[in-house]
Amino acid sequence: MADALESKTTSLRDGPRGPKPRRTFSRRNILLYGTLFVIAVYYAIPLYVMIVTSLKGMPEVRLGNIFSPPLEITFAPWVKAWSEACTGLTCRGLSIGFWNSVRITIPSVIISTIIASVNGYGLANWRFKGANVFFTILIFGSFIPYQVLLYPVVILLREIGLYGDLAGLVIVHTIFGMPILTLLFRNYFSSLPEELFKAARVDGAGFWGIFLRVMLPMSIPIFAVAIILQVTGIWNDFLFGVVYTGPESYPMTVALNNIVNSTQGVVEYNVNMAATIITGLVPLTIYFVSGKLFVRGIAAGAVKG
Amino acid sequence: MKRPNQLFRNFSAKIAAIPMIVTALFVFVGGTAWTVVYSFTKSGLLPRLKWVGLDQYERLWTTKRWIVSIQNLAIYGISMLVLVFVIGFILATLIDQKVRFENVIRTVILYPFALSFVVTGLVWQWILNPEFGIQSIIRDLGWTNFAFDPLYNPKIAIFGVLIAGLWQGSGLVMVLMLAGLRGIDQEIWKAARVDGIPAWKTYLFIVIPMMRPVFITTLVLVVSGIVKLYDLIVAQTGGGPGIATEVPAKYVYDMMFGASNLGQGFAASTMMLVTVALIVIPWAMLEFGGKKHG
Amino acid sequence: MNYAVEIKDLDLHFGNVKVLQQLNLDIHKGEFLVLLGSSGCGKSTLLNCIAGLLEVTDGQIFIGGKNVTWAEPSERGIGMVFQSYALYPQMTVEGNLSFGLRNAGMPRPEISERVKRAAGILQIEPLLKRKPAALSGGQRQRVAIGRALVRDVDVFLFDEPLSNLDAKLRAELRVEIKRLHDQLDNTMIYVTHDQIEAMTLADRIAIMKEGKIMQLASPNEIYNRPRNLYVADFIGSPSMNFLEGEIKAGKFHLEGIVIPLDGYEFVEGSRREGKAIIGLRPEHLVTGDNLASAAVRTKVDVELVEPMGSDTLIYTKLAGRPIHVRMDGQAQVSPGDKVEIGFQPERASLFDPVTEDRL
Ligand SMILES: Nc1ncnc2c1ncn2[C@@H]1O[C@H](COP(=O)(O)OP(=O)(O)OP(=O)(O)O)[C@@H](O)[C@H]1O
Ligand SMILES: [Mg+2]
Repeated sequence: MADALESKTTSLRDGPRGPKPRRTFSRRNILLYGTLFVIAVYYAIPLYVMIVTSLKGMPEVRLGNIFSPPLEITFAPWVKAWSEACTGLTCRGLSIGFWNSVRITIPSVIISTIIASVNGYGLANWRFKGANVFFTILIFGSFIPYQVLLYPVVILLREIGLYGDLAGLVIVHTIFGMPILTLLFRNYFSSLPEELFKAARVDGAGFWGIFLRVMLPMSIPIFAVAIILQVTGIWNDFLFGVVYTGPESYPMTVALNNIVNSTQGVVEYNVNMAATIITGLVPLTIYFVSGKLFVRGIAAGAVKG
Repeated sequence: MKRPNQLFRNFSAKIAAIPMIVTALFVFVGGTAWTVVYSFTKSGLLPRLKWVGLDQYERLWTTKRWIVSIQNLAIYGISMLVLVFVIGFILATLIDQKVRFENVIRTVILYPFALSFVVTGLVWQWILNPEFGIQSIIRDLGWTNFAFDPLYNPKIAIFGVLIAGLWQGSGLVMVLMLAGLRGIDQEIWKAARVDGIPAWKTYLFIVIPMMRPVFITTLVLVVSGIVKLYDLIVAQTGGGPGIATEVPAKYVYDMMFGASNLGQGFAASTMMLVTVALIVIPWAMLEFGGKKHG
Repeated sequence: MNYAVEIKDLDLHFGNVKVLQQLNLDIHKGEFLVLLGSSGCGKSTLLNCIAGLLEVTDGQIFIGGKNVTWAEPSERGIGMVFQSYALYPQMTVEGNLSFGLRNAGMPRPEISERVKRAAGILQIEPLLKRKPAALSGGQRQRVAIGRALVRDVDVFLFDEPLSNLDAKLRAELRVEIKRLHDQLDNTMIYVTHDQIEAMTLADRIAIMKEGKIMQLASPNEIYNRPRNLYVADFIGSPSMNFLEGEIKAGKFHLEGIVIPLDGYEFVEGSRREGKAIIGLRPEHLVTGDNLASAAVRTKVDVELVEPMGSDTLIYTKLAGRPIHVRMDGQAQVSPGDKVEIGFQPERASLFDPVTEDRL
């Protein structure tokens, strides 16, 4: 058989050629993008309403509707929400709650991440007898409704003298964050090549040596995921804050709820919305900045052991 | 040479595992057992080991507020489950159509999930406010008899909470479903196209059955989230109007820390535990029963 | 015109990446055509264009004389078999075979007739009630072929159907596909990067590189008369030895070795003088008793010996350049030995060092 290559100079015939012509505004596209647009608007509206309301003065809030943009932008509600809004007795705004949340979140995130990463590393690389039993208990533990454990933990904290204290809440967050974080780290460390670990052992490195010098440098991304997961989770917590801290050390979410739901006299919706948006600002910023890592974090919650 | 003592093998690893072991045994196992045990006692302001048998449970099931809480949770839970799956899956399939601006759309749909329930509850409290929110806007447009005030109408109040819950949680389901869809072998789609199967049939008869593991995992996640429903209620309705939006988790909290009726709280929380166990245990047996642990 | 598939001036771009450019290919009715090439050269892309799974950027595709450039995959009269099998995991084997037909609204008796026939041909009748998870790799691929078979089409497309199987099964199924082709008389287009598969199955092989067809010819022709350096190097294992020299007065000069080119069949119009590359297959370099037939002989030093059972590979130098020589498996040689090798000039290949085309 001869080469058919050179003989192919005549070629195209009549009829369809190239891509099938397609209208950009086909019915399918209009339907698809129309639906997506409506959906996106639905999801975006609450954020928009929050922002808009928080920038209006009270007279305008009372007159206009919640969707109309502010005629006169004012930041007074933000200032008031931050430093003057009242929670029942005191009128010191959200700022106290904000700083409490910061003081709760930072140590909680650090401690829970360290403990969980060590757990995950131990489970992935140093399986000792019985380790998996504890891990299984831990994973099932994450399904136990918090209400079941609320009081036993109260007793625990009281015994060690930390009930009502910020430090107590840090312990609580470490405990309840442990299942998901341990799972996250265990799965990550198991996915690293085992040779790496074996080579380090042959070189004489021990448990901590391998962890610090071999594993840690390789796991920056998973730490980022864990930290994002924990910062948002702890910042958004309400229940543990209410139960395990006192009015002086309430985290921001609790302070927010108290400001909005216990106001006496005139309800200042604009201040309420300003307070709400300020409280949401930290997790929202993390979400918009970290994007993919955040998604990875929540998807990790769905990863099975 | 003597063999090293078993206890000292992997000694550092065992030391490092102490927090995990303590948490697993003392908090999760111990704490659960403690609560269950004390649910049979007459604990009031403080836990006391004074046995009363099933008294607390009898009282629980004759308390109107508890019954309403359970009904609410059932209504909310079933509606949430159905809707969050339908919405989440439809959103995922829409986004899966190789749309442009995929990242923007996904970001917009998922951001509520980053917000706390307290924030969610307060925003929707405001939007559903009959004086200023949707109802007033539609009335201003001319339908002066339009009524949509779920947070003030006991009959539909729980659906007001549902709207907020869906808004907050459907993004998560969408992300999980999308990951599931993307995990399907592209060649399956090609094979179906060669076979001439329309896209909707491919989704329905081929893709959805293939996504069973994703569905189950999502189900477990969503259900355990539903049972924990608390912050949203506290922020959005405070359980009202009246007791129209009470839920079990709130009942437990109020009994333990408000009404100084610990025994009731323990009994109620034990009931919650049983509910979760009824879902999680069959799932775990299905998921891990046949296979050995890794 | 008796072509099953004609591809005319086909372009396919993914954004800025031009995967296929001005590709022309005509495939005869009943032909077994193999697309062969290294990874990423565009074989699957071409196959997907034929199937209609990818929309072409420009050009036309004809199947059975009909312009199908804009047609849906299911309307093109093709069946396709995938590397990952792509069976519908929740359906039984029978369900897998019949789903497309049922969907097209074919009457039940005819469906079961076709399923039965396909199952018979592929010997999967006992498996019909099973689900894919309960099948071995080879059985799964048989079912996947069956799914193409029931469509009763003229053109079969295979995208590396055997590369997920182990070596033994691969050989087995290769024979089976060959038998199927003989039995059915369909046109088959088969993508692979396995040379053995290509050589054994193909009526013609199309060697692809970077979205272009380098040579389209019978296996025999491709092996013996590679059209350019790329094809020569790609086909054969171990690959051809290339040595640079010069053609002077009708003879090839390789550092003192003079190779007469009287018997060499030049490509028309390419006979010339000057620098050239000679290509010698390791198995065309002969030793021992076979030397009698070799017109050119020389002595070389053995540097390394690789016994491989059926034959032995020796590493040596010819004209200062490293070459491989394939010897009989029983040959007694060891490093340091001197052996005489030789070859027939008409079995060699000559290439232009600049254009890399065959002379
Ligand atoms: N969707 C895509 N977008 C961009 N580039 C693509 C896409 N699909 C394939 N390519 C590129 O097109 C080229 C050809 O890909 P193709 O899959 O056809 O290769 P192949 O010859 O089948 O390789 P293999 O033997 O590995 O299957 C590759 O370089 C690949 O990176
Ligand atoms: Mg390919």
